[in-house]
Amino acid sequence: MIENLDLGMVNWARAQFALTAMYHWIFVPLTLGISWIIAFYHTIYVRTGSEEWKRLTKFWMKLFGINFAIGVATGIIMEFEFGTNWSNYSWMVGDIFGAPLAIEGIVAFFLEATFFAVMFFGWNRVSKGFHLFSTWMVAVGSNLSAVWILVANAWMQYPVGQAFNPDTARFEMQNFFEVAFSPYAVNKFTHATSSSMMLGAFFVISISSWYLLRGRHVLMAKRSIVVAASLGLIASIFTIFNGDESAYEIAQVQPMKLAAFEGLYEGQTNAGLVAFGIINRDKKVYDTQPAFTGFNIHIPGVLSLMANRSFGSFVPGMKDLVYGNAEHNILGAVQRMELGKKAVTSLDAYRQAKKAGDEAAAEVQLAAFNENKAHLGYGYLNKPEEAVPPVALSFNAFHVMIFLGTLFPLIFIGYLYFSYKRTLEQKKWLLGLGTVTYILGMIASQAGWIVAEVGRQPWSIQDLLPVTIARTNLTAGTVQTTFFMFLVLFTLLLIAEISIMVKQINIGPEEN
Amino acid sequence: MIERLDYATLQHLWWLLCSVVGALFLAMTFVQGGQSLLWQMAKNQTEKDLIINSLGRKWELTFTTLVLFGGALFASFPKFYSTSFGGAYWVWVLILFTFIVQAVSYEFRRKPWNIFGSLVYEGFLFLNGVVGILLIGAAVGTFYTGSNFQLNDSNFVTWTHPLRGLEAALSPSISSIFNIAMGLFLVFNARTLGAMYLINNLELGEVPEMETRLRSACWQNLLLSLPFCLLIVGSLLFMRGYGIVDAKGTIEIVSFKYLRNLLANPWLLGLLVVGLGLLIVGAWKTAKTSETRGIWLGGIGTVLIGLTVLLLPAYNSTAFYPSRVDLQSSLTIYNASSSPYTLKVMTYVALAIPFVLAYIAYVWRLMNREKIRIEDTGDKAAY
Repeated sequence: MIENLDLGMVNWARAQFALTAMYHWIFVPLTLGISWIIAFYHTIYVRTGSEEWKRLTKFWMKLFGINFAIGVATGIIMEFEFGTNWSNYSWMVGDIFGAPLAIEGIVAFFLEATFFAVMFFGWNRVSKGFHLFSTWMVAVGSNLSAVWILVANAWMQYPVGQAFNPDTARFEMQNFFEVAFSPYAVNKFTHATSSSMMLGAFFVISISSWYLLRGRHVLMAKRSIVVAASLGLIASIFTIFNGDESAYEIAQVQPMKLAAFEGLYEGQTNAGLVAFGIINRDKKVYDTQPAFTGFNIHIPGVLSLMANRSFGSFVPGMKDLVYGNAEHNILGAVQRMELGKKAVTSLDAYRQAKKAGDEAAAEVQLAAFNENKAHLGYGYLNKPEEAVPPVALSFNAFHVMIFLGTLFPLIFIGYLYFSYKRTLEQKKWLLGLGTVTYILGMIASQAGWIVAEVGRQPWSIQDLLPVTIARTNLTAGTVQTTFFMFLVLFTLLLIAEISIMVKQINIGPEEN
Repeated sequence: MIERLDYATLQHLWWLLCSVVGALFLAMTFVQGGQSLLWQMAKNQTEKDLIINSLGRKWELTFTTLVLFGGALFASFPKFYSTSFGGAYWVWVLILFTFIVQAVSYEFRRKPWNIFGSLVYEGFLFLNGVVGILLIGAAVGTFYTGSNFQLNDSNFVTWTHPLRGLEAALSPSISSIFNIAMGLFLVFNARTLGAMYLINNLELGEVPEMETRLRSACWQNLLLSLPFCLLIVGSLLFMRGYGIVDAKGTIEIVSFKYLRNLLANPWLLGLLVVGLGLLIVGAWKTAKTSETRGIWLGGIGTVLIGLTVLLLPAYNSTAFYPSRVDLQSSLTIYNASSSPYTLKVMTYVALAIPFVLAYIAYVWRLMNREKIRIEDTGDKAAY
């Protein structure tokens, strides 16, 4: 199965997926988050009939529209890239993975596309009530589409409700509800959407703060900030809670990922969470170098609490998960590779026996396969250390996300407090910080996806399908060409988008 | 009731559903057709803005239909998804490229500081309208003429031609002529539909000269599409196809396969004839009378033609994605589909489709009560 494997090609395919996903994620969280905020603005306008609120609503809608278009543009490649660059994956898990994508199209994309047009062009064409309904439907549709793609992504991290069918050589769905309502999926959805709401709030705050610093559109800016900061505060607190729940889920089903987040090589009881530390990039799981270079601070017991809801509990480290730990009954990648290779051999033998019409032999091989199939993916690894994801990138992304995520509620509280005191305009330091909060939010959001996806390596489907098998049979040169093609295209479109957005912000609501 | 459906029925049902979505997409390519007509039909900025603002309200529906077509194929026929998208890499990447640039063009075209200027975004729309549709047509043509791939025991694809799908249109062969004819038919059909749609959607009393140009373009593009249509239909009557010849699913070349399929399913022949008839009547009425509702006839006609084009190579024990280099790697609705469980789950989900269609129809009935006027293009929310 892994004959002619071109590792360079696999890495380029990963790079292309990361590139397109990260570009897409520049625009998506803003769509998800600001759509709710605009719906609130629009509601206030309809309830009060105030022209000021109408101008405000139209202004943010305008910016939403610019962002939405490029979000759609970068999104279409994502769906088809599963086929173009990960065709073996598409075949092996398409029976499960394809369904959420199709459901996303049927129940969400059309809702979004249809009501988007009404939201933008319906001001004088439909009734006020229906127009407002359409604005809410855009928010619902956008977030519904997030549900299904996140269900699909959660399944890659925690593949429930499926079984491998040795006759068709693929994973098949056994229980749709287990896939759709997996706790991993629920956490992923709540975390992604609440953090996106926060980002939407920062978008409004950044632009409004800039207006306040310039003394322009003061009333609109202050009104925008109050609604955005209120929603942002609720979202940021919710994000911390569901983020904690996500970490617990990860500890249960992807312990290697959690260990990489924390640079935890040796398992510990009463394990501490890193509050500060510089990860040693050169360290390998098999050597004795220290995990951190220089000074580092751990908060005792917090990682154990996060992982197992108990201060004194044992959190396995990367070494335990690679080489095993009998004391804590942990099977390492070394042992799992042996079992995985047995599964692969049994599967091949089963298929040979089936081809030869030897049903008795096939039955024996099938039983052997079933015994070890939970370790199937490990059978395709070449060495146990491959089971470790890139530690430094996972660690840094995780801690940037945590640091910023902790800071965000304080910023919202600051804005609300000074708005309440009616002194916001005088707090230049806060407004200065406010203008960059959108960038900070974007960094945290992108870091979150790096944590989720880099931390999952080497798996495309956790424990079952490594990326080396999931690939399409392409040359590295082909993928390099499309990588740079998309890099250039998306960068140019991003530059155009930012330029248009800046101009529109500069023009401000009067002209809209 | 869905629980009682057998596997083969589910496979036929899902190919039908995918074909319906695909056929609806072809009808919705009036957006792409309109884009490709932009420079030809609009002689000044006002006319351009009218066309862009009319198409701009619908482009996302067409785009979403294409995305749903992909998603539905992934969910119901994952082996096709993996084989075609992974194999015919360049064809799909280029198609996607044209849709990526389309998606930003409406929003960015007239905005100040858009970096590249209006002309570039209009060029993107033209590219999507011509090259995107041409390549989609060529890809559909391979449902009949076959592709160059092999599947191994694990059903992993190896493409045996270095052009990775582009050979469907670029290799010097009779198959390429058929594939290109399919592409050109779709391009000219989209332009015919585009002209019909604009006549229906715009308040043309304000731009009478453009109305004359649109009505004339509708007829010209229909006439241009017909030779390609005739070439395709003529070829289908005589060409050999890829049939399943036994219960094990063995594929063999069968002479007059598509003629046999038409005779075995005369309703497909009916769909094709009625579809072509509706399209021609719609275009004729639009071009030769003051009728503005020709798009409905043309659109329904295109759906029926699209259904025939997509169902003919799949039903009646036929390989819908044949391999020219290894017959037994060819894909059929039986060997390429999802499991019965997944198809059943998806069938329950598909029950939502009528509701989706109903709200889309309701919303657009509301929105289209008034035609697009010049004053609409001056609105700050306009494109």
